[in-house]
Amino acid sequence: MSDSNKQIDEIASQMKMANDGLSEQDKAYFCDTRPHAVEPYKGILEKFANWARSQSLWILGFGTGCGAIELRPLMTSRYDMYRYGIQPRPTPRQACVFVIGGYASVKTAKRIVRSYEQMQGPKFVLGLGSCTVNGGMYWDSYNTINRLDHYIPVDVYITGCMPRPEALLAGFNTLKGMIREGKAEGMNKYIENFDWYKANQKKIIKDWNMPDYNW
Amino acid sequence: MNIIEDKFSVWQKRFSLSGFENKSSELAFVQVPADQTVAFITTVRDLDGYKHLVFFTAVDLLEDGVFRLTYMLHNYTTKHDLGIQTDISRDSASMESIHHLWPHGATYQRELKEMFGIDFPGSPGVNESFVLEGWFAMPPMRRDFDTKEYSEATFFPRPGRKTFDTQEYMKEQLYPSEAETW
Repeated sequence: MSDSNKQIDEIASQMKMANDGLSEQDKAYFCDTRPHAVEPYKGILEKFANWARSQSLWILGFGTGCGAIELRPLMTSRYDMYRYGIQPRPTPRQACVFVIGGYASVKTAKRIVRSYEQMQGPKFVLGLGSCTVNGGMYWDSYNTINRLDHYIPVDVYITGCMPRPEALLAGFNTLKGMIREGKAEGMNKYIENFDWYKANQKKIIKDWNMPDYNW
Repeated sequence: MNIIEDKFSVWQKRFSLSGFENKSSELAFVQVPADQTVAFITTVRDLDGYKHLVFFTAVDLLEDGVFRLTYMLHNYTTKHDLGIQTDISRDSASMESIHHLWPHGATYQRELKEMFGIDFPGSPGVNESFVLEGWFAMPPMRRDFDTKEYSEATFFPRPGRKTFDTQEYMKEQLYPSEAETW
């Protein structure tokens, strides 16, 4: 076997994930390849793609905390988010924006990680409310996380307890600006720092009974 | 003398009740020793019409070294609530199960096992996790569990958080009248 082949094998073996939480039987059902970062298109093509992405933000309909109540007035006629090209979708596969609605308990954090990883790229995260920034009023609780950005990458934070729908719209517009400028690179950041994120997640989610990356 | 006090004197002949509090015409509390509690509950359920278990909860009385269990029962005929209180030791806390009287008692007992570490031998699924998943530390509702310390060690606190004394802060912010009410 030549040296280059050896090198490739070595890299490939390192690319494998342990999927430790799964039983031997279940391991066969899930991919053990690590996710890899996505390169942008070249030049004007990427600019056009980013413009298109920013015009069609589909939210994952998963209200993770009390702040999700603000999404209802946002989607109905008074604030009408549809005029900005924003609409809710029922499954992670169809959505590209994950709005974390306020506090996230450890139990919810597990579902957040699972849903986030199932979303197809390009994907963005809005942290809604003080709880996602520093734990908010639940900062010293035994069961709610303090900093969301230690578990999944966050593109835009919207502060307040809770923020009004107007603030949410402002947050969405900030996100749109970031996408157009090509700065909303949360997904790639997640993949580049994959081990750091996994270590943080596994520190709090003690009963890890899912694949290491939820394809 | 109302009906509940009549009943109390009847109960007292059969059980060594250590206290009785008549809070209102609709609510009374009885203190029962731990070893007689389930027998007492069975009696009031079957003979006195307290057929409904409203809730079953515990309070951690750290200074006294006990958990105070409260079984709240309701009588649909007389519209009366009866709280049955019993103290059990905090060390190796264990209590007789009531799942054979009310099946949903098992759910309360599962919660108490998880949140306070009170064991109910024989209660179905008492060792399964109730709300928390994979909890390994001290049961979090025990008062000697330091939730702030646990949170700081576990959840990456964001630096820069400030805490103000509410009263002083309100005075500084020119709400002295509000400060008075604190």
